[in-house]
Amino acid sequence: MKTNELKIWEKLQDVKDPEIPKLSVVELGVITGVKTDEDNNAFITMTPTFAGCPAIEYMKDDIKDKLSGLDLNNIDVEVNYDVQWNSNMITEKGKEMLLESGFALPGKHNGLVQIELLQNVECPFCQSKNTTLQSTFGPTQCRAIHYCNNCFQSFEQFKPV
Amino acid sequence: MKEFNELNDKKTTAIKDLLYRLADDQLILGHRNSEWTGLGPILEEDIAFSSMAQDKLGQSQALYQLLHQIGEDDPDTIAFTRKVNEYKCCHLVEYPIGEYNFSLMRHFLFDMSEAIRFNMLGSSSFEPLAKISKKFKGELKYHTMHAVTWINQLGHGSGNSPAKIQASLDECFPLALGIFEPSGYEDILIGEKIFFGEKELQEKWLEAVIPVLKNANLKIPDIKNIKASYGGRKGIHTEYLKPLIDEMTEVYKIDTKAEW
Repeated sequence: MKTNELKIWEKLQDVKDPEIPKLSVVELGVITGVKTDEDNNAFITMTPTFAGCPAIEYMKDDIKDKLSGLDLNNIDVEVNYDVQWNSNMITEKGKEMLLESGFALPGKHNGLVQIELLQNVECPFCQSKNTTLQSTFGPTQCRAIHYCNNCFQSFEQFKPV
Repeated sequence: MKEFNELNDKKTTAIKDLLYRLADDQLILGHRNSEWTGLGPILEEDIAFSSMAQDKLGQSQALYQLLHQIGEDDPDTIAFTRKVNEYKCCHLVEYPIGEYNFSLMRHFLFDMSEAIRFNMLGSSSFEPLAKISKKFKGELKYHTMHAVTWINQLGHGSGNSPAKIQASLDECFPLALGIFEPSGYEDILIGEKIFFGEKELQEKWLEAVIPVLKNANLKIPDIKNIKASYGGRKGIHTEYLKPLIDEMTEVYKIDTKAEW
């Protein structure tokens, strides 16, 4: 990888999910390509977690904003579905960031999510698995709501998809 | 995208017709689902319908974007400025939300068809459509899980809930069969391996919905003696579509040049 591309990847760590300020777009797994050419133009490709994700435009603008500090000629950010995001694409570091932010993790799956994967999810507060799925739909498209029968708290899970 | 340049005219027309059918269904049902925001019978259902509305609008946007890439106007323009008879949605999605049991049954019958449709479109020879279909498949899984759970609960519910959900099934079924109204391009879509056709989809859909309905103790409508509600795919719509589109575009029409 060229120096510039490495620098871009580093800088992209400063672009966060607007709803989960600890989690960068890189660790979330939505950056699908970083390229530069001889004329110092940057081409970034990204893909949404959900097709209707309202944060995508914000993240796109934020990428341009954060990268403007680097010595680049033009910054092109394209949103496409060449690679389709799924929750297995969240990095190990990203999972730590989610836990720190109070989210239960999406279970690993092999392509298609079954209801079992949403049951007895580990509570991010007390680590109990004595939990109940409350709703597969939460405050945003990518979150489900659970209740912990051990520490009596509701918690959100980043949905397996 | 270079692959579009290689499409011949007839094939392009067939693909556009297919994409409009898919996109218009998502746009209209997405809007209908959003009408439950703030009105759901319980908070979780309010959130569920709102969330599914957001998914559907997002999916319609991706489909309109694809249409734009193969030569149509930009997504907002084609979504909101066509004449009513240029929309290709099926009648099922046009109906008002009615009571919760109607909206729930519609959601079940429609999303079961979408789940199968996008699963199969994942292997479409038209690659950009295959890619977004793979994405939608995962989102739709949540919609069908939700629908199946509730159909089952209400079918086995107490009081008047089984009778109400049965009445919704009887009302929705002819409309749901209209989802599979063949387009004028079935042969080319099937021949070019773009889409396997509405007939096959309907068969697979029946195989999927009937066991769920039976499990929920519901009586299956007599399919052979039901007249499917056709017309939507050809631009002939119910009385409910025009007022809905007028409402959706009310603000936009005040000042079409406004910058948002």
